Amino acid sequence: MSKLLRIFVLCLLFPAASLRAQPAPELDLDKELDRYRAMINDPMANPGYLAVDRGELLWSLSRGSKNVSLETCDLGAGSGVLDGVAAGLPRYFADTDQVMDLEQRLLHCMRGLQGLDTKDVVARRFGSPGKTSDMEDLVAFISNKSLGMKYQASLSHPKERDMALIGEAMFYRRSAINDFSCATCHGDDGRRIRLQSLPDLSKPGDTAREVIGTWPAYRVSQSQTRTMQHRLWDCFRQMRMPAPDYASEGLTALTMYLAKLGDGATMNVPSIKR
Amino acid sequence: MSTLRGILLLTLLLAQPAFAQTPDPARVEAVVAASFASAPEAWKARVSQDRMQQICSLTRNQPDAAQAAEIASTAKASVVMPPDAALKGDWRSGEKIAQNGQGGQFSDGPNTISGGNCYACHQMALSEISYGTLGPSLSGYGKLRNFTTEAIRAAYTKVFNPHVTLACSSMPRFGLNKVLSGQQISDVVAYLFDPASPVNAEFK
Ligand code: HEC
Ligand code: HEC
Repeated sequence: MSKLLRIFVLCLLFPAASLRAQPAPELDLDKELDRYRAMINDPMANPGYLAVDRGELLWSLSRGSKNVSLETCDLGAGSGVLDGVAAGLPRYFADTDQVMDLEQRLLHCMRGLQGLDTKDVVARRFGSPGKTSDMEDLVAFISNKSLGMKYQASLSHPKERDMALIGEAMFYRRSAINDFSCATCHGDDGRRIRLQSLPDLSKPGDTAREVIGTWPAYRVSQSQTRTMQHRLWDCFRQMRMPAPDYASEGLTALTMYLAKLGDGATMNVPSIKR
Repeated sequence: MSTLRGILLLTLLLAQPAFAQTPDPARVEAVVAASFASAPEAWKARVSQDRMQQICSLTRNQPDAAQAAEIASTAKASVVMPPDAALKGDWRSGEKIAQNGQGGQFSDGPNTISGGNCYACHQMALSEISYGTLGPSLSGYGKLRNFTTEAIRAAYTKVFNPHVTLACSSMPRFGLNKVLSGQQISDVVAYLFDPASPVNAEFK
């Protein structure tokens, strides 16, 4: 199927995805979600694949002062290797002596490899109606190259283990005017906030695996494909914290902590979520 | 000799996991601070922690007896109690405050009035089915306590600063942090204690 046709069909099915956000009533969303779930693996029906397609174009687009593409970027498995890399990120990179998640690494390649001024890319880090995000698109494309694979948390380097522990400490760290920590909402089985079920992210297991294996996700309520960076940004918003800096170390630490809990997940990305 | 070595080994083995599990708190704070480096000045205070937050984070809400006593006594000293006559406000206004989850988020407009968002965590009026389960049910709260002034004072205190009676409670300190005004707290207290409030009227 040609890519253009796919995009055309998707736009017919999901006008909101291409035009504007339509906040649907919660209950309708619930019913719709079951239908969407069945479509996750179907490139014809999952609007997240629009982002995958855009990301593929961005990956091979020459730009920056060096006018080269990202195609030789090393995401952890060697120059230009895409298959399976998302199933092992975040991880330690020797060239930067740093643990990085996919978004940090992409920014690194844009700046170094392409000589790209990433100000605009970072300004568009979260897409909105009529404004696509290069980062969300690239992450969707690259993550999709791990579809069906097993997620293996990368914890062999001491800095990776250190990062997971810092993330764990942050998970229990209370702050701001409501004294919330992540554990306030995600510290127990079967809790709800209003009617919203909250995943227990305080221990390893199927719940954590389900979470780690399903980002990035097409968020039906936002008509956008979102990454873990956005999910954590949204949770910090609910915590009444300031917006965390994009691709900052703390977000990688939290992601590394979640990755440790979700080790062994099956990559089902881009997924579809509320 | 071999027993000594055995003991040494055992000590090492026992000590190691604890050591490996706890990153240096200063390092954690540095990572947190760096991750909010671009926050507006007015928001920076939210990133750092006060003493209760520190203790409850490091102990994962399991303070030892001395820590619990310190938190409770600081909390007690923080409470500003209105005179008994003003303890109970208007339950209708209290209901709106209990329902309202707005306020305090970076996505809120500057003039947003903060709610108490009690329904995020508590069941209250039985007719409201959209309630969370992070806290205990408060249905019939006043009726179950015979509407006593003592119970009303305790509830006012709980909403102002829940750590007075439970160090490291996960409920927000609405009064201390000025999320709710004294009047607003009196109003939610009325929602819990007015016999006409659905919290009690619907409760058989
Ligand atoms: C005030 C409540 C609250 C706090 C505090 C909070 N979250 Fe969340 N979190 C939510 C809600 C609500 C959802 C959405 C659940 C859903 O859609 O099923 C969510 C979803 C998530 C998800 C995605 C789960 C999925 O379905 O894949 C992750 C991951 C997550 N939170 C991590 C965190 C982390 C890490 C922190 C702390 C930095 C945090 N949360 C703090 C309320 C909270
Ligand atoms: C983030 C969750 C959360 C929110 C929001 C919250 N509470 Fe609570 N609340 C709790 C928890 C947990 C407890 C039990 C621990 C304790 O007593 O401190 C509790 C306890 C209470 C109690 C004491 C119950 C008893 O056992 O006698 C009262 C009264 C109460 N809350 C009222 C309120 C009111 C009124 C609001 C809104 C203004 C509110 N709460 C908002 C979590 C919350």
